[in-house]
Amino acid sequence: MKIVVCVKQVPDTAGGVKFNPDGTLDRGAMLTIMNPDDKAGLEAALRLKDQYGAEVTVVTMGLPKAEEVLREAMAMGADKGVLVTDRVLGGADTWATSTTLAGAIRNLEYDLIITGRQAIDGDTAQVGPQISEHLDIPVISYAQDIKIEGDSVVVERQYEDRYHVVKAKMPCLITALSELNEPRYMTPGGIFDAYKQEITVWGRADLKDVDDANLGLKGSPTKIAKASDKVRKGAGEKVSLDPDESVSYIVEKLKIKHVI
Amino acid sequence: MDFTLSKEHEMARALFKEFAEKEVKPLAQEVDETEVFPRETVEKMAKLGFLGIPVPKEYGGQGCDPLTYAMCVEELSKVCGTTGVIVSAHTSLCCDPIMTYGTEEQKQKYLVPLAKGEKLGAFGLTEPGAGTDAQGQQTKAVLDGDEWVLNGSKCFITNGKEADVYVIFAITGTVEKRGRMQKEISAFIVEKGTPGFTFGTKEKKMGIRGSSTYELIFTDCRIPKDNLLGQQGKGFNIAMHTLDGGRIGIASQALGLAEGALENTIAYVKERKQFGRAIGAFQNTQFQLADMATKVEAAQLLVYKAAMAKATQKVYSVEAAKAKLYAAEVAMEVTTKAVQLHGGYGYIREYDVERMMRDAKITEIYEGTSEVQRMVISGALLK
Repeated sequence: MKIVVCVKQVPDTAGGVKFNPDGTLDRGAMLTIMNPDDKAGLEAALRLKDQYGAEVTVVTMGLPKAEEVLREAMAMGADKGVLVTDRVLGGADTWATSTTLAGAIRNLEYDLIITGRQAIDGDTAQVGPQISEHLDIPVISYAQDIKIEGDSVVVERQYEDRYHVVKAKMPCLITALSELNEPRYMTPGGIFDAYKQEITVWGRADLKDVDDANLGLKGSPTKIAKASDKVRKGAGEKVSLDPDESVSYIVEKLKIKHVI
Repeated sequence: MDFTLSKEHEMARALFKEFAEKEVKPLAQEVDETEVFPRETVEKMAKLGFLGIPVPKEYGGQGCDPLTYAMCVEELSKVCGTTGVIVSAHTSLCCDPIMTYGTEEQKQKYLVPLAKGEKLGAFGLTEPGAGTDAQGQQTKAVLDGDEWVLNGSKCFITNGKEADVYVIFAITGTVEKRGRMQKEISAFIVEKGTPGFTFGTKEKKMGIRGSSTYELIFTDCRIPKDNLLGQQGKGFNIAMHTLDGGRIGIASQALGLAEGALENTIAYVKERKQFGRAIGAFQNTQFQLADMATKVEAAQLLVYKAAMAKATQKVYSVEAAKAKLYAAEVAMEVTTKAVQLHGGYGYIREYDVERMMRDAKITEIYEGTSEVQRMVISGALLK
């Protein structure tokens, strides 16, 4: 079985967030981690590898520095890494990103593609399902459990209060939740081995069946009006009143601020 | 000269740090309070290969360099000195001599499970009358047919009752050296459970209280002839060479303790208010922190240099001695200052710096006291 896992290097929120003047994230200036949902997706793939035997290829799109996230994935046990990086691909929204990743994945053999549900920076949850559309394969999102049955996958798809058991024939795409599992640690020896391995680096020219009109900032229908870091709020006001008086007090305040 | 760590080392540090924060730190206070050996943590570390970091892959290890190993002990010790020394004693004092002096059979039988973390290792040199004076050994080994018969005892043994494999030193005769009769010392591998090998009292310690420190007792303990480690009579050299490596481990532990105390203190002085200001706003605090940080970094450079020397040089006694001497004294100084900057809270066991200060003291004593390190360093200067 061949599994492709898409991972994204995202800002480590513990290290602060920085923006470019155009409102996109200044990824080069931030501390980064592997997106938690993607890491769960990778762990799911590695468990399938442990259980059934599989070749796991990790794919990421980003700055050359995104190589780190591939090395991390390989130090956890992934077999191969593919970095898709090109200046013309920069500033991509979910549409341009999924177009790019699909263009890269068309070069690979796969039975299963696993992506994280969503990234902690954009929080759109769109890229995974969009890739499946581009590749014309089924998608099962929000996986909380994955099993293989013959040439199909059986997935528990999570809802707020229940889960559905969904079966799909491979090849298909699954989006994983960080609750899916507890990702394994790397091993020290695995880290040094990962750095000895070759990473495949692809640019625009290597993408298969994609149109330039759908790539990079130009190919991104999303326009960011404004983005900012969290604004520190004041300490607020503490008032001790009985419930009835509290309601009147709050209503009065809201009226003053023209909220109501 | 380039002081930047390789990407591999940076990633390895991130791994050790994440593990220490998630798996070790939450237990550190309890391990200290209850003096219970953190068996579960050791099992987790075994699974991740932390117990065989510098051991070649063909012997079940991770195949990494001594620097990676030093960084592991450093990061563990930042949050828990006990966990740091468990790894250090196992790796430097048990895996290393078997790796260096063991026969192929001994490596397959003992080093492989040790490096995989299936077994834990310990080292028995110290005796009630033989600490710094390692020649004062009393434990004897006599060859009887195909077996060595051990009699005597060892004290203050780290990983004492928890280990499975022990590298033990004993007198195997006398030799004439420069006209004087001297004890001939040899090294042996002894397995737990060997008849005649028992444990004495558990030591109640000031610090590293979760580390299992025991007396080992050998009463007509018979081990196979093949369990002689290295050549007969070379035990003293094996012990000294092993301790050179061990000192890098303890220096890393000391470094970690100092770094942990400094990190805790930086966070504390930003929060703690006196006279209406955070105490970090006072120049005394700032200057103390500046001194602490400078010494910690100097210690780190010495420790990393010694670790690199172990990787590239045959002899690295002086580098190891300097690293241990300095890092241990910095650990004691920095943890003491950390307690002082915490004020009354620093004296309360709820705060980590209290434990770190107690843990730091031993680094000036075991695997060669600071005085012994000075002897090694000055001996090389005046040779």
